[in-house]
Amino acid sequence: MTVLRAKDISILFGGLKAVSNFNMTLEEGELLGLIGPNGAGKTTVFNMLTGVYHPTSGEIEFTDKNGKVQNITHMKPFQITQMGMARTFQNIRLFKDLTVLDNIRIAYHFNVKYKSADAVFRTPAFFKEEAEITRKAVALLEIFNLEHKQAELAKNLPYGEQRKLEIARALATGPKLLLLDEPAAGMNPQETQDLMKLIRFIREKFNLTILLIEHDMNLVMGICERIIVLDYGQTIAEGTPDQVSKDPLVMKAYLGEGVDLHA
Amino acid sequence: MKKNIANGLTLAAIAVVFTGILAALVYIGVIDEYTAQILTLAGINVIVALSLNLISGFTGQLALGHAGFMAVGAYTTAVCIMKFNFPMLLAILTSGLVTAVFGLIIGFPTLRLRGDYLAIVTLGFGEIIRVIMINLEQITGGAAGLKGIPSFTEDILLAPALSMLWVFSVMIITIILMSNLIKSSYGRAVLSVREDEIAANSMGINVFYYKMYAFTISAFIAGVGGGLYAPFFGYLNPTMFNFLKSVDFLVIVVLGGMGSITGTVIAGFVLTYLQEFLRFLRDYRLVIYPLLLIFIMLFRPSGLMGNREISILALWQRLFKSDRTQSKVDKAGERQ
Amino acid sequence: MGFLHEFLQQMVNGLSLGSIYALLALGYTMVYGIVKLINFAHGDILMLGAFGGFFVLAAYGVTPLTFVLALLVGMIVCAVVGIVIEKTCYKPLRNAPRINALITAIGVSIFIENGARVVKVIGPNPKEFPTFKTVNFPIGDVNISQIQIIVFVVSIALMFLLTYIVNHTKLGKAMRAVSFDRPAAYLMGINVDWIISFTFALGSALAAAAGILFASAYPQVEPYMGIIPGLKAFVAAVLGGIGSIPGAMLGGFIMGIAETLTKGFISSQLADAIAFGILILILVVKPSGILGKNVSEKV
Repeated sequence: MTVLRAKDISILFGGLKAVSNFNMTLEEGELLGLIGPNGAGKTTVFNMLTGVYHPTSGEIEFTDKNGKVQNITHMKPFQITQMGMARTFQNIRLFKDLTVLDNIRIAYHFNVKYKSADAVFRTPAFFKEEAEITRKAVALLEIFNLEHKQAELAKNLPYGEQRKLEIARALATGPKLLLLDEPAAGMNPQETQDLMKLIRFIREKFNLTILLIEHDMNLVMGICERIIVLDYGQTIAEGTPDQVSKDPLVMKAYLGEGVDLHA
Repeated sequence: MKKNIANGLTLAAIAVVFTGILAALVYIGVIDEYTAQILTLAGINVIVALSLNLISGFTGQLALGHAGFMAVGAYTTAVCIMKFNFPMLLAILTSGLVTAVFGLIIGFPTLRLRGDYLAIVTLGFGEIIRVIMINLEQITGGAAGLKGIPSFTEDILLAPALSMLWVFSVMIITIILMSNLIKSSYGRAVLSVREDEIAANSMGINVFYYKMYAFTISAFIAGVGGGLYAPFFGYLNPTMFNFLKSVDFLVIVVLGGMGSITGTVIAGFVLTYLQEFLRFLRDYRLVIYPLLLIFIMLFRPSGLMGNREISILALWQRLFKSDRTQSKVDKAGERQ
Repeated sequence: MGFLHEFLQQMVNGLSLGSIYALLALGYTMVYGIVKLINFAHGDILMLGAFGGFFVLAAYGVTPLTFVLALLVGMIVCAVVGIVIEKTCYKPLRNAPRINALITAIGVSIFIENGARVVKVIGPNPKEFPTFKTVNFPIGDVNISQIQIIVFVVSIALMFLLTYIVNHTKLGKAMRAVSFDRPAAYLMGINVDWIISFTFALGSALAAAAGILFASAYPQVEPYMGIIPGLKAFVAAVLGGIGSIPGAMLGGFIMGIAETLTKGFISSQLADAIAFGILILILVVKPSGILGKNVSEKV
């Protein structure tokens, strides 16, 4: 089943066409990598898919949690998240002055059943659902090895754990499509290995389709099944890791003319 | 969770008993009328400051016109009890509702937008309300003001004690209800708006809706505060609700700690008390208050309490139990 | 015939008043463009400039020469004040949550207003601003006073000067660069702190000029005089497109004309409320303002 379809989306900033005619189809369960030199437009694509920006032309279709195909081109981020698409950010955007636990619990809010009145008057319905939310949050934190830090403020976590928390938080919204923006940024090789295992694990466990932006080629080649390469806002190559790594256009984009990676 | 409930109930019980004792002391004259007035005024200031803390401290949207909301509440109650013979409770609730409607109206165009427009719009609103109150002479008595607003009781001897009882009861209820709201999923939603709007949006939180949510509730509470003020003071004049009054509330919130209910309560009482004592400073107060704001923002932006709340249990253990690690774990649990 | 006459008269009045609002709005817009801060204290700089001019003119009398001197003194003093405020109060909060900087700006504003009030040489009571004796130039039924002409001409001259600085000097280029992308400007070797200070200085100087011109036309100065013009100028900046220099000028003139037309045709009480109404209208209809662009935040 096709989960996401970006049809010819472009976006103009002032006079600059940051992304031109981007096309992408994501099938359920795929793990797709979006790579390209800095400034190629990768995060801009993410922002369009998640509703932070709106494409100036083209359309985006997303199959939501209920199986309905929705035109999400002009929707707001919160609506898209509620439909089942979650993301992490290139620059960590945790809720810094809130605890690790609260960062996760917030992700459950849009599904909460009790009303404000229940909260204010502390009804049994409130207690029951709060306990449930906390239980789910702690369980999720356990998967990421963070539950012992649940009372810590997010800003006090070491960098690597903050990145993990961001992923956990996105997962807590219960998505079917997860967008990861440079999840390995700033990680050492060991952490990157662990991350790769984690990504494979959560894809299995939560039945996810994953789209990821990365610069770390080991990670990309290691776990992505398919890769799209972007340069100056345009797709210059698409295929399996093997195909893409041998593509001369890709090499030129990353390394300039006259370099042969396989020489 | 259970510790939090125990803590909350303990605090509430202490507060109720304390209020009862205070009111009784006022009635029998141990606490004189002047002191009773200051305490009651402090209670009202705390209520309005709490409402400001909700939108500015917890939701992170600076609002500068809460004196205007208070004015709407005050005049509404005055009109309700003087012209329509509402019972007091109904009048005050009506004040809250009417003020909430105003909140909805000015919030809607403003909160859709990114950034700092709420501050300016609420500032303008505060001024406009003042001008409107001056011009609606038939209803509000205009610039001369509205005199002879009946108090909570006709019995002059009972009035000070009863005013204090009313105000403190509403204050305690506000504290409890607001605290309950903050420590819930809805509270977390507004906190996320404060922390990072874009991330909140990406977590499925409708940021605009929750800004409106916090702002409207804030307006309601401010209206209730104003509604209590009318019978307490007995006289209303539009100049009482000017920009400087809004700043007073801001100073209370900032000093106490934006995001701490306890902080607002403490700062509210301290500042109201100080204001009376430092009356001789008159004009210099207007120089000291802004300096205070600037200094706090530059050197201790978290104010007195930061975003922490008082924990009776933690205090108890600190004082009476020597097991330090236990109280650390409790404190951690308290943060939720 | 009466309507047309009134209309033209108010247009003339509005252009003069509007040029003052434009000068003031420029300061708001430049500061907002470069540090994304609504400088609440800006209107109070107008007051300081007016008093600066007051002291010069009170000491040396009112002549064209002393008037220019008053302008220079006011502008220089306020430029310095602007830099001092920026360095002490705003710069430390550049990376703090926005609400902190806003609260500080409010604090600075109230401090200046009431500080002026308690200082003996200024004091709470209004003082009469020494200004030229009004000479009227009737054109048909419409009356233009030489003060209105001076206000208009000086304002336009300053706006030209500002536009020249911003568009045709290296300094101006640096200002635009820092407004557009601060980290990139820094990497290009631009001394960002200096440029920001300079922007504040420039905006404050214009506010000072606006203050002296305002006081020349409405010759009463007192510590709170900057509050309402400040608010109106802010609305003007938003109306024109906050961050846009031509927008601020356009917004200023529109606000001035709207105010005088309201005074002439509806009621003078409503003239102040009109500003608030325009603000709400713009925020509802086109929040980016007439000449503003929708700039999205980098995610």
